[in-house]
Amino acid sequence: MFCDRAIELVRELHRAPEGQLLAFNEDGLRQVLEEMKALYEQNQSDVNEAKSGGRSDLIPTIKFRHCSLLRNRRCTVAYLYDRLLRIRALRWEYGSVLPNVLRFHMSAEEVEWFNHYKKSLATYMRSLGGDEGLDITQDMKPPKSLYIEHFLPRWKCEPLIRQGVLEHVLW
Amino acid sequence: MTEELGLPGQDSDGGSEEVVLTPAELIERLEQAWMNEKFAPDLLESKPEIVECVMEQLDHMEENLRRAKKGDLKISIHRMEIERIRYVLSSYLRCRLMKIEKFFPHVLEKEKTRHEEEPSRLSPEEFAFAKEYMASIETYLKNVALKHMPPNLQKVDLLRSVPKPDLDSYVFLRVKERQENILVEPETDEQRKISLVTGEWRPYWSVRNPWLCWQSK
Repeated sequence: MFCDRAIELVRELHRAPEGQLLAFNEDGLRQVLEEMKALYEQNQSDVNEAKSGGRSDLIPTIKFRHCSLLRNRRCTVAYLYDRLLRIRALRWEYGSVLPNVLRFHMSAEEVEWFNHYKKSLATYMRSLGGDEGLDITQDMKPPKSLYIEHFLPRWKCEPLIRQGVLEHVLW
Repeated sequence: MTEELGLPGQDSDGGSEEVVLTPAELIERLEQAWMNEKFAPDLLESKPEIVECVMEQLDHMEENLRRAKKGDLKISIHRMEIERIRYVLSSYLRCRLMKIEKFFPHVLEKEKTRHEEEPSRLSPEEFAFAKEYMASIETYLKNVALKHMPPNLQKVDLLRSVPKPDLDSYVFLRVKERQENILVEPETDEQRKISLVTGEWRPYWSVRNPWLCWQSK
């Protein structure tokens, strides 16, 4: 059936849990593109037949192939785009140097895209002012301690404890 | 710290003048912008003045820390404050960047079609980032797939393929002061007017634009 390979690409995404990046399915992509080429050529010849040979009975088949072509494209773009989103998330998760095991799952073009992305991001962060800008990939969580643990002589802490600035933490 | 920071603002005539804020007021504004951005489904107006002033403020505080006497208890407290402010600022900017990436064709389209008087939703740096992001995605898709497809299928309309922000999603408003006769859905002919009472929480129904136009009495 048409679009089987394309749907398989999308299924692959569903199978990979939250953000996991599987190896790039080069074969799968190539097969979809080949099917698209075949469908298009069949349609071209049928369109000519329909026009010059008056074969209007071919029109439903032409429409059907066209739908398959659109579906193939949609699945392909969805597959590629979703992977880019996962790769983008890796920058925020792992920083600008990716573990090798992840890079092996990326195609050369995906690696190139990742490099463009991290460069854009770096430029943006540097522009935020100050000497080196602001690294917004840090400080991902609110500061943990509302209270800072200190070993202090009691006489220093008392007034601050009374003011509610410090809390006495018992060990 | 009793210094004040200048921030461009508007007086009641709509003219521009510098609004002077204390550091505490500045941080309050930052937190307000942060809250609003987190809860709004789409990208809000950029606040480059707040970002710039907060960055300056942080630099200032770091400088003070460097000059402070070692072992002074105040150091830890000030450091904590710096980290807190840095977290809020980073979170705010991250939130914006994520929306820009998520809705990139729509964000750029909006910027392209905006009127001169309308304020930009993107800071110049965000705009540059957004354009680069879009270009990199378009180039990637073209080189890896689209250019190998039949000629009539090589163009993909990203405005149609990438989902728009859901402006029908529910947002809770907290009314800061009483307002009468707020115009809801000004774009439609049916002009509903509602009154907002201080402190009231209201779910947002089918208002297209989460931000109301004031029509004060």
